[in-house]
Amino acid sequence: MGLIKVKDLIYEYIRRDEEGNVEGITTAVDDVNLDIKQGDFVAVLGHNGSGKSTLAKHLNAILYPTEGTVWVDGKDTKDEAHVWDIRQTAGMVFQNPDNQIIGQIVEEDVGFGPENMGVPTKEIWERVEESLKAVGMYSFRKFSPNKLSGGQKQRVSIAGVIAMHPKCIVLDEPTAMLDPMGRKEVIRAVRALNDVEQITVILITHYMEEVIYADRVYVMDKGKVTLQGTPREVFSEVERLKELRLDVPQVTLLAHELAKEGFPMPKGVLTKQEFREALERYITEGANEYANYFG
Amino acid sequence: MPIILDKVSHIYGEDTAMAVKALDNISLVIPDGQFIGLIGHTGSGKSTLVQHLNGLMRATSGNIYFNGQDIDESDFDKKMLRSKVGLVFQYPEHQLFETDVFSDVCFGPKNLGLSKKEIELRAYEALKLVGLEDEYFYQSPFDLSGGQKRRVAIAGVLAMKPDILVLDEPTAGLDPKGRDEILDQILKLKVETGITVLLVSHSMDDVAKYVDRIIVMNRGSVLYDDIPKEVFKHYQELEAIGLAAPQVTYIMKELRDHGYNVSDEITTIDEAKREIKNYFTELAAMQRER
Repeated sequence: MGLIKVKDLIYEYIRRDEEGNVEGITTAVDDVNLDIKQGDFVAVLGHNGSGKSTLAKHLNAILYPTEGTVWVDGKDTKDEAHVWDIRQTAGMVFQNPDNQIIGQIVEEDVGFGPENMGVPTKEIWERVEESLKAVGMYSFRKFSPNKLSGGQKQRVSIAGVIAMHPKCIVLDEPTAMLDPMGRKEVIRAVRALNDVEQITVILITHYMEEVIYADRVYVMDKGKVTLQGTPREVFSEVERLKELRLDVPQVTLLAHELAKEGFPMPKGVLTKQEFREALERYITEGANEYANYFG
Repeated sequence: MPIILDKVSHIYGEDTAMAVKALDNISLVIPDGQFIGLIGHTGSGKSTLVQHLNGLMRATSGNIYFNGQDIDESDFDKKMLRSKVGLVFQYPEHQLFETDVFSDVCFGPKNLGLSKKEIELRAYEALKLVGLEDEYFYQSPFDLSGGQKRRVAIAGVLAMKPDILVLDEPTAGLDPKGRDEILDQILKLKVETGITVLLVSHSMDDVAKYVDRIIVMNRGSVLYDDIPKEVFKHYQELEAIGLAAPQVTYIMKELRDHGYNVSDEITTIDEAKREIKNYFTELAAMQRER
């Protein structure tokens, strides 16, 4: 079994009026199955209201399944005895950095998690140091968080999570409020955690360029996983993604548009290098074909 | 109604040890009918600048003229200014509060002391301008989707009939389709009503696609103020201050770096498609002739 296993998960939001009578039921997550292995980098895409965040909140026992089961590191999230273990195993980072930072100075904020876990003081300091170094924020350890940029604050939030030594980190639109540099910094830090520390990453985002490095992409719609595969497989489905209110990276879109104009561009081009190479093949192969035909 | 900023500076905590210069000697003209993009990294002074435009903040030095009148003169009508310069803050849907959509949009004009008929007319027009269908008018704003809520919030500002609409990151947190819908609607609104739009954005791709002019802020000053393709030629300088160029600009640069002499003025997908199509079709034809 993988680090995170989701089986037949259904979650229903029940709306009630003032007297407590049920007004309506919304199925936010509808029969989802996932199996995520230790060290995977998984991305979840989906339009607003597609159920991504509801799914994410099941992965560290903020929400419990209406039906089905979620196991984190082999522990059933419905089992109350395991709640704290599960939250330590799967840490969560949210959209707004200002809502997640509580310390007066950076290192104090990062130490908050391990301190609550009862980690000995000496080890807390070691963890603070290694976590801040992992996200490239060690030189800011004595700063007040309100002196930092959005991207820097978000990296401090991530350090705060990894100081608890999780096996997995769930990021729910961590870059939505950041400027271009902030976005780049956060994604770079997340990729480093995955590559170097082998931490499992589950990234929820509306920015298509951020998921091209993922091992696997899940696309959600109406609470279900409607499309899944490698980034290349998923981004080959340009029209399908547009129907789902999503998009593809600009380079993929440009290649797709040129293919429609008759250029032999492959599907699911993900980088500008691949894009250039495809055009270069067109030039040389086009010339060869012509030579073969007439030669 | 044009706005002119003449050497405007703003210092937070002036004459204290913690004084921070948020705006540094800014001179700008915002004429009627432009679609302007305002970009800059977090803390570059964008929001401070925007709040000066309708008198929410007062310049520490320098002058701001609205339609030729100094807005800091004692006899200047600030209430009029606030209705003429409409500010839509980030996540404006957090400011929705009424029980139904229509009443929420009526709230602004109601405070202008207009007749009931005029208020309702304005609310109706504003909701139409943001493209919200009639069926939602009497629903609770809280039952709408993220994109719809945001439209209602923008309609609330439009119902004040502003001459200038300032939007602070109107697409933050929306899915890609939601982003396009809001910006398409704003462009349509601009074309139909001739309103001036100032769009604060972190998305270079959106800015390149929609605006006529870009103002780049850095450390409280204006670094660039030009048409998009000129501004994005400075992509290295933009990167140095935490920004970037649109993704297509980098694709074109990749081609240029490998000896393909395509234009360096490309900022949108459509332009890139045309340029690459022309350039590489010709190149392939030349290869065949050899």
